[in-house]
Amino acid sequence: MATAGTTVLAIGTKKGLWLATSTDRVNWSLSEPHFLMNEIPSIGIDQRGGRTRLLVGARSEHWGPTVFHSDDLGGTWTEPENGAIRFAEEDGAALERIWQLYPDAEDRPGVVWAGCEPISVWKSTDGGEHFELNRSLWAHPDKDQWGAGYGGAAAHSVLPSPADENTVHVAMSTGGVYRSTDGGTNWTARNHGISAYFMPDPNPEVGQCVHKIARDPEVPTTLFAQNHHGVYRSDDNADTWVSIADGLPTDFGFAMLTHPRKSGTAWVIPIKADGERIPPDGQLAVHRTSDGGNSWTRLHTGLPDNEFNVVLRDAAAVDASDPAGVYFGTRGGSVYASADEGEVFVEVASHLPDVLCVRAATTNDGGR
Amino acid sequence: MKETTLAVTVVVPSLLAKVTGDQRELRVPVEDVATVAQVLDRLAAEYPVFDRRVRNELGAVRRYVNLYVDGEDIRGLNGPATRIEPGQELLIIQSVAGG
Repeated sequence: MATAGTTVLAIGTKKGLWLATSTDRVNWSLSEPHFLMNEIPSIGIDQRGGRTRLLVGARSEHWGPTVFHSDDLGGTWTEPENGAIRFAEEDGAALERIWQLYPDAEDRPGVVWAGCEPISVWKSTDGGEHFELNRSLWAHPDKDQWGAGYGGAAAHSVLPSPADENTVHVAMSTGGVYRSTDGGTNWTARNHGISAYFMPDPNPEVGQCVHKIARDPEVPTTLFAQNHHGVYRSDDNADTWVSIADGLPTDFGFAMLTHPRKSGTAWVIPIKADGERIPPDGQLAVHRTSDGGNSWTRLHTGLPDNEFNVVLRDAAAVDASDPAGVYFGTRGGSVYASADEGEVFVEVASHLPDVLCVRAATTNDGGR
Repeated sequence: MKETTLAVTVVVPSLLAKVTGDQRELRVPVEDVATVAQVLDRLAAEYPVFDRRVRNELGAVRRYVNLYVDGEDIRGLNGPATRIEPGQELLIIQSVAGG
């Protein structure tokens, strides 16, 4: 059990959840698996209101998807009887997978967002125990232009703006980036400048395969995107995007992280290409920018010399500590942590099932 | 469930017993002839998590869950509309799946 000052690294895999704990973010202890044989594609750690709540989107191949939460750092888990996320009969759909669980800003206690497959966005106001479907996005006129990437058709990123409670950005594969500026009543595609080279029109309004978006911590109208070939930044709330791929070994990848406090600092983990999904030259590395993507630094100290497994879109995370911790896991079941913003990594775990999601936070409540 | 002679027996896999109060066999009263869906509906009222494990929001039996009425797979009969009579057994087994 974690105590105050302990960093918890939640590791969601293809076959269960592991919780790693550390008091120095260098030496880690690994728990026994939770939810064995359930894949865990989404995790949220909600520390608002002086309580640490773990939210987990689990999915059994046999028994379907569901959301669990724990207020004692995995000591016990609770599942709402009727399901936290559930389509109504009139929606004519069934929940397939919970791709994202995202606690909103500090001053919006209880608000948690979810992004799901089939492509849908959900909002909870009770800490993730019950979510309501955003029906305007669900019934969006662009819907017939949305498709499925290899992993399924999903809203995988939901980013409420901390500066404006009416602004929310959503990213879906495939479909691209959508934005609402009226609290989720209306949604507009916001993909100008993002290429979709795999479509007949490589610059469509809709249909981009965005893999992950992240928001700048100081300038909420600045966003970063890792696309299916393409790394971009927007400085105008996603109205337009510019490439920031120069200086990277490749523009393909899944993860995109931003710093919890430093404007312009972001991390990506490049993959060689769509048709060759391995780290470039079989050498795993994280690339960090501190100037909004104008330049990049390759970080690989502590990472293996040879690695042919990739890092999926939610299998990377930062914590809120100072300096920020950077974490990621591979499809080969290795998990790495850096306590110094990516300068040096240590191996937290190896030989786990495919890592689908990691999230980390330092507890200040001893696990109450 | 209240004991009655007019009932079907639902046999629950061990992996689901924790959402049926640790019961592996559930007696579900049926007056005469019912459908598998109706039997599951009655169980859903008492064991909603069990129902979500077996069926999705559309009422469809999950892809890798198999239901048998007296040993016959309902997918080869009439699916959830398959008729079931008092005294018959509804067996639930997770299918061979996964890697």
